[in-house]
Amino acid sequence: MSDSKKKYILHLADNALILGHRLSEWCGHGPVLEQDIAMSNIALDLIGQARNWYQLRARLDEADITEDDLAYLRDIRQYRNLLLLEQENQDFAYTVVRQFLWDSYHHALLSDLMDSSDQDLRAVAQKSFKEVQYHLKWSSEWMIRLGDGTEISHQKMQTALNDLWYYADECFVSSEYEEELVKNNVITDPSILAKAVKKMREEIIQRATLDFPEEVYAQRGGKEGIHTEQMGYILADLQYMQRTYPNAKW
Amino acid sequence: MINQEWPLWEIFIRSRNGLSHKHVGSLHAADAEMAMSNARDVYTRRSEGISIWVVESSKIVASNPEDQGPLFEPAANKVYRHPTFYDLPDGLEHM
Amino acid sequence: MKTESLEQRFQDRIDREERIEPKDWMPEKYRKTLIRQISQHAHSEIVGMLPEGNWITRAPSLRRKAALLAKVQDEAGHGLYLYAAAETLGISRDEMIEQLHDGTAKYSNIFNYPTLTWADMGTIGWLVDGAAIMNQVPLCRCSYGPYARAMVRVCKEESFHQRQGFEILLTLSRGNREQREMLQESVNRWWWPSMMMFGPNDADSPHSQQSMAWKIKRFSNDELRQKFVDVCVEQAKILNVTIPDRDLKWNEERGHYDFGKIDWDEFWRVVKGDGPCNRQRLKARIDAHENGAWVRDAAMAFAKKQSERKQAQKIAS
Repeated sequence: MSDSKKKYILHLADNALILGHRLSEWCGHGPVLEQDIAMSNIALDLIGQARNWYQLRARLDEADITEDDLAYLRDIRQYRNLLLLEQENQDFAYTVVRQFLWDSYHHALLSDLMDSSDQDLRAVAQKSFKEVQYHLKWSSEWMIRLGDGTEISHQKMQTALNDLWYYADECFVSSEYEEELVKNNVITDPSILAKAVKKMREEIIQRATLDFPEEVYAQRGGKEGIHTEQMGYILADLQYMQRTYPNAKW
Repeated sequence: MINQEWPLWEIFIRSRNGLSHKHVGSLHAADAEMAMSNARDVYTRRSEGISIWVVESSKIVASNPEDQGPLFEPAANKVYRHPTFYDLPDGLEHM
Repeated sequence: MKTESLEQRFQDRIDREERIEPKDWMPEKYRKTLIRQISQHAHSEIVGMLPEGNWITRAPSLRRKAALLAKVQDEAGHGLYLYAAAETLGISRDEMIEQLHDGTAKYSNIFNYPTLTWADMGTIGWLVDGAAIMNQVPLCRCSYGPYARAMVRVCKEESFHQRQGFEILLTLSRGNREQREMLQESVNRWWWPSMMMFGPNDADSPHSQQSMAWKIKRFSNDELRQKFVDVCVEQAKILNVTIPDRDLKWNEERGHYDFGKIDWDEFWRVVKGDGPCNRQRLKARIDAHENGAWVRDAAMAFAKKQSERKQAQKIAS
């Protein structure tokens, strides 16, 4: 059980870190100054959440490790984030769709974790929930605004939605460690969360006047450390300093 | 491409209950909903507020500096509107 | 009223330390000077996001990453406040951005230098933000109200920036040999460009005198530069770092440090577009603006649709 919990916490931490990383790439390059600031706010929330999860995970370790050891010194197979979150920014449409697909799940997930029988999970989930409520509002508004904006924006959003749809449902497929936590009544089976999440996605996609993408095979593997090729480049950036100067304090 | 700039909005923030909203600056937004989100993201990053007003700048009616004389100077010679105008003995209390 | 006497009355107000507000009468040259200065200042904040933004994804710890991202985000905010201050003078943000992109408006030279190592994040905080703060603090008392108010906000937020940078350097100075070398190498590269941030010597600064009379500017370029040197020499001791100027020495008589000659040829070369990163910086800004055009358009189109829908609803009911 405790091994599953540790893996699960890393999954939650990596999700936040990797999406925060992607969003932070926008800083200085946003479509308008106000949105540059908005995206940095979301990135900062996520990096903060990642730190909370990593710190919790470090406390549960027998060895004396820190949040940075976890964030910076694992190899690709040990990162457990969803594939969706490592996908490139591409353009603002991809970024908004990726954010919305994640937020719709993240919101349901944290709502559930706030009632978890596990006190540790409950505490961090509670800390993050209000932030995620705002993220969901931001991404939903932009989904609708761009989907129902101009012909060009509609088209771009539809393309992004169709492309990212392959990664939309990985979150609902349980990993082994999730299954065990479900068995022990620590978390709810993600496939049960799926119903509410899908309903919310449908509603926003419809209000955005976008077509609901066709059913596709949900790409999976992130939860077990089998990533897309993009992940290696993220780690090359992320870990550059720690790998070049081992054991230095910054 | 329409290439039309988003309108300018004036942002007012109440820093805590008991205080009135105070003008803090401006920003651009396509509509009121976005102006509200942008105001939150731009002007409350350091917990500066608990309530926001947004007003489209073009909707504000402002007095002209040229009218300053007729608008405001007549008030200057109405000293009887101020409590200090009235001469009362030192011992008087509760007034 | 004749322009001459209007101008005299305007100057009298300035001399009495009254603030000028957007709708007040002002000489055309005052307006133009302010637009030039404020927009240049705003552009500097925005372009200034790039050299530091470059390191957000590579920051060596989560704590440093969050601080750096928050700092660069603040710069976006500062650019925004300053554009808004300039907009009160009758120019739109779009016009200013166009002037940046077509090269008619300038931004601070310093951002045309590359950030090559993590130490540069510290050095920018210490020297570049340090120099900027010296320029900016007096601007909080600038005669133009909206600019002064924007600067009060900027300075308040900026106070963590320099400390953030200094802490990065302090950690390096207490680190291993490689880190200490990284620190010195970075200071070697940034010292002279930072000295140039105060602009040409007073004798070669054509706009300065009028700006002083209008109280847009409160101290001369050389005064501020001297203050910067005096402060940095002391701070460098704490970092155990050498300032790369052989002529730097205390002058008992003046009560200030003497310092070496600035390479003004380099300064003007970078101003004219031939710095190490001028082209990349401008390209990054133009790309961001052009790639964002469809987003800005779509938001306007959506807003229009929404208000039409509301209108139609009203009529129907």
